Parts: sequence; C-alpha cells; structure tokens
Amino acid sequence: MSRRNELKCDALVIGGGIAGCATALNLARRGKSVVLLERDEPGLRASGVNFGGVRQHGRAAAEIPLSRRARGIWGRLSSLIGIDGEFVQTGHLRLARSDADVAVLLEHRREAEVLGLKLDFIGISELRRLYPWLSEAIVAATFCAEDGHANPRLVAPAFAAAAEAAGAVLQDYAEVVEGWYGNSVFHLRCRDGRHFAAPVLVNAAGAWAATVAAWFDEPVTLKPEVPQVMVTEPTAYRIKPVIGVIGGDLYLRQTLRGNILFGGGEGRAKDGINRSRPLPEVSRRTAAQAAKLVPMIGNLSVIRSWSGVDGDTEDGSPIVGPSETHPGLYHAFGFCGHGFQLGPAIGAVLSELIVDGKSETPIDGLSIGRFRAAAMEKGSAADAVPHENG
Amino acid sequence: MKPRVLIIGAGPAGLRAAELLAYNGVSPILVDEAPRIGGQIYRLPPNVAGLSRTAQQLYGSQAGKAHALFRDFERIRDKVDYRPSSLVFDLIDNRAEVLRFGRTEQIPFDALILATGAMDRILPFEGWTMPGIYSLGGAQIALKHQGCAIGRSVVFAGTGPLLFLTAYQYAKAGARIAAVINSGPRLGALSQFAKLATMPAMLAQGLRYLSWFRRHKIRVLHGYRPLRAHQAAAIGDAGIDDTVEPRLTMMEFVSDRGDRLEVDCDAAAFGYGLKAETQLADLAGAGFGFDTLNRQWLPLADAYGRAQDRAGLYLAGDGAGILGADAAELRGQLAAAAVLSDSGQSFGSFDPNGALRQLQKWRKFRAALELAFPFPHESVSEIADEVVLCRCESVTAGELRGVTGLLGARDLNRTKAFCRLGMGRCQGRLCGPVAAEVMAAELGVSVDSVGRFRGQPPVKPVPVSALAVSEPLVIAAEHDATARGATSETIGADA
Repeated sequence: MSRRNELKCDALVIGGGIAGCATALNLARRGKSVVLLERDEPGLRASGVNFGGVRQHGRAAAEIPLSRRARGIWGRLSSLIGIDGEFVQTGHLRLARSDADVAVLLEHRREAEVLGLKLDFIGISELRRLYPWLSEAIVAATFCAEDGHANPRLVAPAFAAAAEAAGAVLQDYAEVVEGWYGNSVFHLRCRDGRHFAAPVLVNAAGAWAATVAAWFDEPVTLKPEVPQVMVTEPTAYRIKPVIGVIGGDLYLRQTLRGNILFGGGEGRAKDGINRSRPLPEVSRRTAAQAAKLVPMIGNLSVIRSWSGVDGDTEDGSPIVGPSETHPGLYHAFGFCGHGFQLGPAIGAVLSELIVDGKSETPIDGLSIGRFRAAAMEKGSAADAVPHENG
Repeated sequence: MKPRVLIIGAGPAGLRAAELLAYNGVSPILVDEAPRIGGQIYRLPPNVAGLSRTAQQLYGSQAGKAHALFRDFERIRDKVDYRPSSLVFDLIDNRAEVLRFGRTEQIPFDALILATGAMDRILPFEGWTMPGIYSLGGAQIALKHQGCAIGRSVVFAGTGPLLFLTAYQYAKAGARIAAVINSGPRLGALSQFAKLATMPAMLAQGLRYLSWFRRHKIRVLHGYRPLRAHQAAAIGDAGIDDTVEPRLTMMEFVSDRGDRLEVDCDAAAFGYGLKAETQLADLAGAGFGFDTLNRQWLPLADAYGRAQDRAGLYLAGDGAGILGADAAELRGQLAAAAVLSDSGQSFGSFDPNGALRQLQKWRKFRAALELAFPFPHESVSEIADEVVLCRCESVTAGELRGVTGLLGARDLNRTKAFCRLGMGRCQGRLCGPVAAEVMAAELGVSVDSVGRFRGQPPVKPVPVSALAVSEPLVIAAEHDATARGATSETIGADA
C-alpha cells in the first residue's frame, strides 16, 4: 500500500468500536474490500469499557427490531468471531419502585410484545421469593429471559481480528482529520497524511461521529455522555440477572467469577472528550443507590472504577442507517450508552443495506433524518430524553 | 498567602516536610494509612502494652535516625493536623478523598506533597503465592509491627540491601536463618566498592552484616534465584487431608548456569529492591517518564520535587524514585522548601543547596547499588508459563504471553483488558513491574515501550458502606483558615 497516494477500496469505515468492526467483518465476508480507520486500537473506547449488558429489555420501540437481530447473533457469536465474548444468558430484570414505574413497565411490555419480545411481569410476592437479595424498595419488575451480559473488553477486539482474518484492512493509529466528497467518492485524510477513498463510507466514530457527519452536510446534535462504572471484590455468585431500574439511576450485574459491577451516573470528560475519569461524588451516589436496592452490596468493597465517553442523541436512541445527503454514506453512532448489545447487528444490517440495498431488519425509526424532521416541526431541538444504560 | 498544604505519607520524607513547613509558619495536614508515624522503614508497633520494643530493638543501627526523626516531629506536633489511619484513595480538583475508620472524608488543599514511599519489587517463581512466603518488606513489617517472625526457619532470597538487612534483623530477633541467597554476583558489591564507599556508613553497615553472618555460621550464597517452592500437605490413610493447609517445606533455587540448590525451611522472604508507589501521583495528574535506573515509569519532577506541568503538586521520598530513607528526609525538606518558596514564604535557615549536593551523592550511591545488586530482569523469560504473575486475579505468565501473541496486545493496559492481569484488589501494584518485564521480553522490545498501568480510583479497596453516604465529612482548615488562598491551577487526574 502506498502512503503517498490515496488508497482505494469498496468501503471505508471510521471507528474501530464494535459497530465499525462488525460492519467491516460483514462487508469483507460479502466480498467487499474494506479499510477500517481507527484512531487508537479497536475497542479501546466506549465499546471496550462499557457495563457489558446484552439487553433488549427497556429499549425504545424503534431499537427493538435491531436489538432482536443482535440477540440472535450474540447466541452464535463464537461461530462468527471465534470467541463467545463471555456472553451468558442470565435474563434482565427491570425494576419498579412506584406505581408510576409499574405503569411504565406494563406499557413497555405491551409495546415489546407486538415486536416479538416476550417479557414476564413479576409481582411483589414472586419478586421476594425469586430475588431475596432485592430490597423492599422494589415493588415489581419485568423480566426478559433472553438477555444477559458479556465481557466488553474482549468482544470488539475479537470482531476486529475476525474482520482482518476475513480480509478487511484495519489501520490502527489512523486518526481521520478531514473528509470530503467528490465525483461520487468519499475522501478521508488522516493526521499522518495518509489519504483513503471509496464510494462507500460508514461513520461509526462513536462520540466523535457528529464531526464526521458535519463534513458531509449532515449536522446532528451529539452530547458527550460519560457513564461511570464501579466493580466490587468477588463474592459468592448470587445475582444471576442483570438489573436495571426505571429512571436509569442504577444498573448492576454480577460476573460468574463473583465481582459485582454497577453504575448509574456520569464521570467527567477531559482533554475535550478524548479521555475521562470517574468522579468520587458519583461513586458515592451510585454506591448509596446500589446499597439501597441490593443491600448485600453494602458489605463489599469497591476495588476499581472507570468511565468512558459515548454520544447522546436528542431522543436517547442511536442513529443508524443511510445518510440523507450523500448516497453511499451510512451512519452508526449516538448509542447513548447502550450500543454494546446492538453492535453485532449493526454489522449485519449495514452490510445488507450496502451490498443488497435492503435489509430484513427495519431501522427506519433510527434514521438521522428524524432529527431534521423533529427540528422543523418544533422549530427547535428536542430536550434530551433520560434513558437506561448498560 | 499561606497555602493549605496536605502531605500524604508520614515516613521520613513526609515527617521532614511537615517539620520544615511548621517551623516556617505553615501548618500542614499530614495523613498516613498507618496508625502511627514512621512509614515502612521506621514502622512502629501498635501502641499497646506488651508490644513495645526499643528503637534499638526495632531499627538496629538505624535507631539513631529513627529517634531523631520522631523527636523532631514531636517538637512541631501541635502545629500539624496529623491524621493517622487515613487512606487517600483518590485525588481530584485539589482535594483528597480519604477513608478513615470506615468513613469517607474530603481534605481540600492548595499544595500537595506526595510522600507515598515504596514497596517490594518481586520476581515470581513457582509457588510464590503459597502461605509462608513473604516479600522482604512484608517479613520486615511482621517483625517491626507485629513483633513476630514469619517462620521458625526462614530462607531469605532475592537481592538488594534489604535482603541482608532483613535476614540480619530476623537473626537478631531469634529466628533461625536457613540461608541468605543473593541472586546477584558474589563480587557484585565489591565491583562497586569505590562508589559505595562514598557513603562509608552504609557500606560499613553492609559489611558488618556479612561478617556477622560469617561469624554466626549463617549460610550466604550468591548467584542463585528461587525456582520453586515445595510444600507438604497432610496425607493420611484416606489420602490428602484438605482440612490441613499445605505448608512450605523447601525452597529450590537455580543459578545462571543451571545449578540447583535445595534449602529446607518453613518460611521464605524474597524481594529485588523496591519500586516507587506512584498511583496517587498518577491520579493527581503528574506527568510520567521512564526511569532507566529504577526500570519504572516515575512522576516527573525537578530537583526540589515540583511535579512537571502540574502546579501545586510536589513529590518527595521513595515514591518519586528509590533513593532510600536518608535521601527521603532531604527530599521531604526540599519539597517543603519548594512549597514555601512557590507561595512566597521564607524557608528560614534551611540550606537547599547543601541538601541538593547531599542528594546528588545518594543518587550516585543508588546507581552503584543497582550495579552491585542488579534486578535480574533478563531472567524473566525463564519464568515458566504456569507461574502466577498476578495473584489477585490468578493470571499466569503463560496467559500474559498468550495475549501478546493471539490478541496482539502491545501495552500493559491492553493486556489487562484481555487477561485481567492487574485488575484485582492491588490493581497491579505488585505485579505491574514484573508483568512489564515479561511482556517486553516476550515481544523483544524495551520495557519502557509497554507502558504502565493507568491509575484508577480507588487506589485501594473502599467499602461500599463508606462510599454510600450523601455528604462526606469535609476536613476544614484548622490552623490557617483566615490565611487560606486558592491556587489557580487545580490538580486533576488522568484516567
């Protein structure tokens, strides 16, 4: 490959997170020449440091078909990327603390069932019997048996390795600083001067993706979100399901080796949004919340905390699908702290759209155009919607 | 304006820093994880009847220095907000997050002197995590703090001055010394004689230990390092009795030429010099550079200990690179002088140039020590794949080597993400340096190129129950509330 001249291929992908790597893998398997440009190394950012929830439960209706598709892939991950990513199907429990919360649970259950996602309602007596470690502050829950958790540190790098094995070219330490469109070709220039060109471009640049979208006349509001997670020392394995609550102020899971991970607040971005760190006051608040809802956690010690940077859209759902300004441009970003589970399906669906021009999985509700329509309707940007992470 | 100064660490560096500040009108806050002053080197036993020992018993030939340090601190004690049993677990926005007696506290400051000290540098061998095996520093703490020995018949291994000192202290305390086994060359110290003689008292002390060992017929061997710890389990008629903890019975050593050596013992202590404790400097936002003498990434600072590019942060003592306890006293004074000078205060009659000259001598002495007692980093490639490197997470050398190959990890943090090494309770404080060596050897690159573990709060485990309070106790200024001024720079942290 020449460093001076532009490198041409069928498709370029910006971003080596799980969405970008899965897209590169699927395109390569469909016979396309793909170059993925990653600023650091695959899976170092939000894809690698997230909570590790593999959850369909509690998602907006527009995300559920994509999430259902992803769940299918999670179940056969090792045949796709060679490892199971420590995915375990443990179920996901979404907790209610009030009658108002219960109404939210029931409404979501109705909505989800129409889309084929089965949720069980668990009333208070069954809740006490099945999950004796939950505090009495919890009055009801819905349970999604298909959900579970996985190890985010392993999954995106494994997608990257599989993409390379399938023939995709992964360029680490290739920070894209400029992009433009001419003669039906997308051009990208890296900080070190390398130049890449292709008729197809996938924008999977995570928290930095709004910059890429803006290069192609598709400005979109993306607020940095800095989820912060803590982990305890290992303890006896008792908490099988992943836990979320209405309101999103706590999510929690126990690994098979016994550590309990929990989060619910945001750390602090620094160096722009290139780095982040956990905040002690957030650790305090989240620890208090965890000890309140799962009292046994009060007897454990926190051994580590971390945070990562993702991008929040205005309605709390990601932007996935074709551009409305440039044919050949596809977006997959703005995952609002819950993109890990979707990652494998992003690759499948975008590669279908790119190669076949259509996908069996409906993602119209995640189009970038929805914000333009909303802005025209309201005459201003909508307020950010609170959402559940993990 | 008088700054509010927080000193973390009440060893020789922290105590001397507190003293110089106090004498010049700045009353510092001094926090330390231990219940009493002294740091690791001059650690005191719990202040309870029956455990008191004299300074001579505790510190031997160093008793005079310990005594002077404690006496001098006592003179300014009322000017210092001394807060023992305080674990600083995070530093952010010019405040320390502290765990004390099961509660969290916050201590705001304008200037911070980190005197966080050192811990053992280790080189794992087969079985090193079994009961009865300690680091040299750990074995010394058992003696100084708890007043007990780690075993009845103890073998001491590794290299460095602490090897001979600890063995000597154990012998004097009445333990049987199975052997003292130095991994370095027999004539290592002799080859550096001229340079070591620049600190005649230190050299004489080392020679005194050796001659004492000779006179008392204690076996001292050179050129061997631990290969394997052997243990015996209780075996009865029904097979191995799981209820009885296996016990160390013998240590097996190997020389560079492959010669084997077996030493019967019921306990072992090993270590290869010390490594600086730098996690808090990392969280405070210090810049780091690789130091070839220490073979470690260290916070960058000027000769006084001012952190590079981070106003208000000062580094003192072995936490800023290993130079020993005497140098730590000088470095504590220099850091305090820098704090005073940077805030427009006088540092009185203190002579920084004299201290800097003396410190330079210690730097030369330390370089000679490293040559006399080299860290056998080239032997890490001989660590067997099944040997555990990270004991918190039970990660073996083979697993570490595996992720450099299959998954292409090229730096320590990536390795941690892939195989959990350094992810446990100690966050790689113990295994980090040796993991870097194993990784560099496997990749055929220099040890600096694999980087260092990023610091993550809390630096040590903190109970959820201590965190789970809405309002932590804020330790307000006691002595200098009216004179407090804020610096424009804040000390943040990298993650």
